[in-house]
Amino acid sequence: MIGITGFGGYVPRLRLARQAAAQANAWYAPQFAGRKGTRSMANWDEDSITMAVAAARDCLGSSQDRRHVRSVFLASDTLPFAERLNAGVVAGALTLDEDIDAIDLGGSQRAALSAVAQAVARVQSGGGNVLVLAAEERKARAASPQELEYGDAAAAVLIGKDKVLAEFLGAGTLSVDFIDHFRAAGQEADYHWEERWVRDEGISKLVPRAVAAALQQAKVAPAEVDHLIFPSSFAKMDAQIAKACGIRAEAVVDALLDQIGDSGLPHALLMLAHLLERAKPGQVIVLAQFGSGAQALVFRVTDAIGSFRPQRGVGEWLARGVEERNYTKFLAFKGQLQLERGMRGEQDKKTALSTAWRHRSALLGLVAGRCEVTGSVHFPPSRLSYDQDKPLQDTQKPYQLADRPAKILSWSAEYLSYHPAPPHHYGQIDFEGGGRILMDFTDLEVGEVDSGTAMEMVFRIKDVDERRHFTRYFWKATPVRAASAR
Amino acid sequence: MANGIKDKVAILGMGCSKFGERWDASPEDLMVEAYNEAMADAGITPEQLGAAWFSTHMDDVGTGRGGTPLGIALRLPNIGVTRVENFCAGGSEAIRAAVYAVAAGACDIALAVGVEKLKDTGYGGLPMAQVGTYIPQWYPNAVAPANFAQLASAYRARHGIDAALLKRAISHVSVKSHANGAKNPKAHLQKPITEEQCLKAPIIAAPLGLFDCCGVSDGAAAVIVTTPEIARAMGKRDLVTFKALQVAVSNGWELQSSQWDGSYVHTARVAAKKAYAEAGISNPRKELSLTEVHDCFSITELVTMEDLGLSEDGGAVKDVLDGVFDADGDVPCQIDGGLKCFGHPVGASGIRMLYEIYLQLQGRAGPRQLANPKTGLIHNLGGQPSQNACSISIVGLEGI
Repeated sequence: MIGITGFGGYVPRLRLARQAAAQANAWYAPQFAGRKGTRSMANWDEDSITMAVAAARDCLGSSQDRRHVRSVFLASDTLPFAERLNAGVVAGALTLDEDIDAIDLGGSQRAALSAVAQAVARVQSGGGNVLVLAAEERKARAASPQELEYGDAAAAVLIGKDKVLAEFLGAGTLSVDFIDHFRAAGQEADYHWEERWVRDEGISKLVPRAVAAALQQAKVAPAEVDHLIFPSSFAKMDAQIAKACGIRAEAVVDALLDQIGDSGLPHALLMLAHLLERAKPGQVIVLAQFGSGAQALVFRVTDAIGSFRPQRGVGEWLARGVEERNYTKFLAFKGQLQLERGMRGEQDKKTALSTAWRHRSALLGLVAGRCEVTGSVHFPPSRLSYDQDKPLQDTQKPYQLADRPAKILSWSAEYLSYHPAPPHHYGQIDFEGGGRILMDFTDLEVGEVDSGTAMEMVFRIKDVDERRHFTRYFWKATPVRAASAR
Repeated sequence: MANGIKDKVAILGMGCSKFGERWDASPEDLMVEAYNEAMADAGITPEQLGAAWFSTHMDDVGTGRGGTPLGIALRLPNIGVTRVENFCAGGSEAIRAAVYAVAAGACDIALAVGVEKLKDTGYGGLPMAQVGTYIPQWYPNAVAPANFAQLASAYRARHGIDAALLKRAISHVSVKSHANGAKNPKAHLQKPITEEQCLKAPIIAAPLGLFDCCGVSDGAAAVIVTTPEIARAMGKRDLVTFKALQVAVSNGWELQSSQWDGSYVHTARVAAKKAYAEAGISNPRKELSLTEVHDCFSITELVTMEDLGLSEDGGAVKDVLDGVFDADGDVPCQIDGGLKCFGHPVGASGIRMLYEIYLQLQGRAGPRQLANPKTGLIHNLGGQPSQNACSISIVGLEGI
């Protein structure tokens, strides 16, 4: 049996209130005045790579042993690098083995489901477990409908043969050059054709064909489908697709548009990860996405479904959202508003790539060095240990810190340096079992932390070199959110 | 076994420029200003100088690298000039090198000059520093106020001290230094402030507000040292001699292990212990007449009182509020205004601290003169609490 053996998701903590955006733009675009709900917005230090890492960690859990993952497929239409393997950055952050196969995919909104189909084929041919990641940090013009409809999110599914939670039953694909929208290479905003044409000539005609093909391969009748996942920001489009396919109306899964918006490429997998948190054995799930054709997948939930929990799960990511009413913060984080930075913002952020390679394990994987003799933990790793009066040499072995409990020893929040989201919080973090790093904090409010606050690690953008268009990544500390806040 | 520096070297002369926003002066002008005063005080000519040491930290924004900026500015007679740099403790390093050269008999008279030109950056605060190619890839783009502010959170956690009480104590530190600086015509900041002003000032790095931070200043200071014998032969009286010169440098233990609790400066305690031993001091609170400590931020001065053994661990808050370190207290601290108000031209600060104690011990400190001081301590800290170079020097009247 081949299918889903793990799943997870990620939704950024900040949720832009659509009303706040609509009100700010009401002088120019009064037609959006009635928009309700929120859309997720990436923090300034999040992009498709960091969100993919977050979703992957949600799926894989805190286990240090990730050797079973033999491939990483990263699907996204908003990857930060056109060249430099984005999936390679993710693999480094996850401390996956160097001999895995890491691949970037994209080009359409259905690329994540295509990646799942390819992952199934990879497993079928004996290639080992495939981690399929999908992430999108979407850009849209200010005062456009997309600005309010889009969202930022990521999802992860592990495809394999052991302890299958949802069995893969079949797939259907259509690849045609139906252009509902496009975005040329190097451009940031999508260009959309008329909604009515997209709905009536595109989605309504193409998606049911893919779904029918998938159901036929799966040998499942439409009436047997328990859940239909078809994300679309068009009103009632999912219900229309259900009807056109002969699937019961109550099978339509809520697309979470009021909270997250439409995250695009990862959205079906995100809805799937959310659904699997509460799915029952035997239930049949159809996922479909539209884009340059359509892709549909059919799964059946197995008896093992209760044996797996994602580390947080989409439900918890949804619950920990914080409403953001500063529209200018949204624009600034999306790079659409040039705020005054002061002279301190002129600092050159050039990255020495040879240095980055030499220290790749520490920088991407947050791997420290633990002395085999004394047990002392060193970050960054070093040839000589810090142990007072007895510095041992060449005794340190790799020791991962990213998933270890940690707390604040000392901290401050300053308004002096240029920072995209002041005040700039940082401080000394002590890890349970040893190890200390003076590091940046993220995703927190003023007054939320003090010495002793429990913190956890997240993989984030460290700096953006705007002169050379290079993004460097490192880990940051963020408050452990109490269960009561979920 | 080394027997230390005590009474082997004396100060022959000193000079210090006016500190502050010296829009009128280049770093060369500042060096000349300090040098002229020191040479006049020493009563010597350039040919009598055997060697010079030169301290400047921010080579990219002010003065330049190497020894040539000093040699050229002062038109020195082709003597050896060596640049030393140890963050904000560089001035003390220049002193140490000059003193050791004289003590070693390598030269009879040596010069140490420190200078910093910070006000040509176009913005307030210290210039942003580049620290190699690796550290920027993981370490926060940190600024000095937030590095030192972390002492406050860790100090509160260790001693269970209420945030408002600690804020009041560190405000007292700044109010005291402003009161002292108001009596110093060379100080950058010469206006007294109130505790209320301090408490209400805008936050720079929590919990430090504007008045918890020292001045960022232009300035230079110079010292000329020789042997006590030569000084006496030149007719000098009331000689001020070096009793101890110690430097302790972090090895990463504080920043990397989980053993340091962040509430004190480890190197300061190491250097203080060695300095007291070298100077033969067993009870610093009784034996020291005054201190000039590295009060880059008010919280630094407060924890330094404990690091130097002038307050019990956890007792500095009470001592500070009781006025122990005020001008009329048991052990006055920053009688010249300190970094806080005299100002902090980085490479010059260690020499400026010595300048004040030299004036005090010779009874030449004008309206801020203390009664009968005999021994003074200089604490000059470079870096940040978790990773630094800490210099502690003790000077006193000869024979004390």
